[in-house]
Amino acid sequence: MIDRTVFKERFVKWVLVAFALSSLLFLFLIFLFILAEGLPLFLKVGVKNIIFGFKWAPTKGYFGIFPMIISSFLVTIGALVIGAPMGLSCAIYLSEYSGKKMKMFLKPALELLAGIPSVVFGFLGVIYIVPLVRNYLGGSGFSLISTSLVLGVMILPTIISISFDALVSVPKTYREGSAAMGATKWQTIYKVIIPSAKSGILASFILGMGRAIGETMAVIMIAGNALKIPGSILDPLRTLTGNIALELAYATGDHRLGLFSTGVVLMVIIMILNYIANFGIKRKIAK
Amino acid sequence: MRLRRWAIILPLLCAFLVSCSPNSNDRPGRKHTITIAGSTSVMPFTEKLAEHFVVDHKNFIIDVQGGGSTAGIQAVINNTVDLGMSSRELKEGEKTLNTITICHDGIVVVVHPENPVTEMGLDQVRQIFSGRISNWSQLGWKDRKIDAVSREEGSGTRSAFEDLVMKGKEINDATMVQDSNGSVKEVVATDPYAIGYISMGLVDKKVKPVAIDGVSPSIKTIKSGRYKIVRPFLYITNGELEPKARQFVDYILSKEGQTILKNEGLVGFYD
Repeated sequence: MIDRTVFKERFVKWVLVAFALSSLLFLFLIFLFILAEGLPLFLKVGVKNIIFGFKWAPTKGYFGIFPMIISSFLVTIGALVIGAPMGLSCAIYLSEYSGKKMKMFLKPALELLAGIPSVVFGFLGVIYIVPLVRNYLGGSGFSLISTSLVLGVMILPTIISISFDALVSVPKTYREGSAAMGATKWQTIYKVIIPSAKSGILASFILGMGRAIGETMAVIMIAGNALKIPGSILDPLRTLTGNIALELAYATGDHRLGLFSTGVVLMVIIMILNYIANFGIKRKIAK
Repeated sequence: MRLRRWAIILPLLCAFLVSCSPNSNDRPGRKHTITIAGSTSVMPFTEKLAEHFVVDHKNFIIDVQGGGSTAGIQAVINNTVDLGMSSRELKEGEKTLNTITICHDGIVVVVHPENPVTEMGLDQVRQIFSGRISNWSQLGWKDRKIDAVSREEGSGTRSAFEDLVMKGKEINDATMVQDSNGSVKEVVATDPYAIGYISMGLVDKKVKPVAIDGVSPSIKTIKSGRYKIVRPFLYITNGELEPKARQFVDYILSKEGQTILKNEGLVGFYD
């Protein structure tokens, strides 16, 4: 009898282990396949000609994705410029000012925002943001600023939830100590709470960047996808993700490999961002 | 215990595999499979034609694959398919193959309906997309940047446009890129200062076609050869066609097949 119970326990444990490891296996396989498909072109054309090449014409043998790398970073920074102040303010309000009722209303609303599919953001962007930019700022409307605006809203839930957690985890004694010194509420937030939650807030920005740089559908619809590095915020641009999704359908031979190489570069960038968010910043908290 | 379980699973597996294999002759009459591969521009129309064809020819299976014109031609050379599809003419070195023109497709330069420009020269279109003309004032309209929209690298429409209009000049890097005829049309329909090019079958009231060198695009002008931005949709064969594939090609060239193509906005032989 006891034997059977022990057996059952072990069985459940190993089933769980197998499933847990399978998720790692998927990550490993994705890595393997992207590298296997993407690296040959790096060897053939040369790392320099791909990463620092200015010309993308894969059917004619040019695989430069430098403008796309720059464009990806530009939209990401643009999204942060718009999303970071809004997100941080919202997190501060939620953790320091809002009452219980307000929190009960705002938190689910933000989760809802996180659940809206990106194609819906893209669609709204094309229908409303693009014409607004075209009519009031000029250009075609398919531009760096439209894309940054939409991405800025899309990364809000990430920034808010992570920096909210960081703010809430600041010990109560800090607030009480500050109040005992005669500081006002804003002075406490500004001088005590934000500095002690700094690393968590930075992590939220970097994870938001990761979300923005990986976004594809909304970006293809709004960015205009021109190959040039944008000269102003009203110029169209093409991101790394956009490049892959845009040309996948017809790509054969080296063209297809070129898209995988774009994927390799994108993967490396996202790995670096995640590394910074997870290790570089969290280690500081431990100190 | 374990053995007994396998004793049940294995026969089931075998039965499943056998039932899946295409050679099971349990249906009356033998099926003829025609394999077709090539241009993704021709593919949707071939699929449409195949759909109609198999209604009356129940013992045919038509297997249509994409891959692009070049891949399709290569497959014909290697004899791995019965028919290749191409949306471009054969190049030197491919000339030993036979071509069957199934229809023509016009590529139309379109602008927003509010745009007063109704006509431009072929060289002007080339200069717009290569970036030498970048302002509508150069074409006699207001002083405003031209928002040119092109297709993505690898698209058949883009390569036909490059051959027929750009003629060796490169499409400017600052040109916007959309990934389908439909999205190009959508951009041109919403942006008053945009210009793009799409398949003639897709032109409707949302966009305005531009006359090129005084000739407005229509089935009539394409048939008479006066409208120049036209590409053929070709089927490619290596030597004589096998009789079963011949039957499908004959159907496409018949009045019925051509009417289907015409309804899809292409220029056939009978209208």
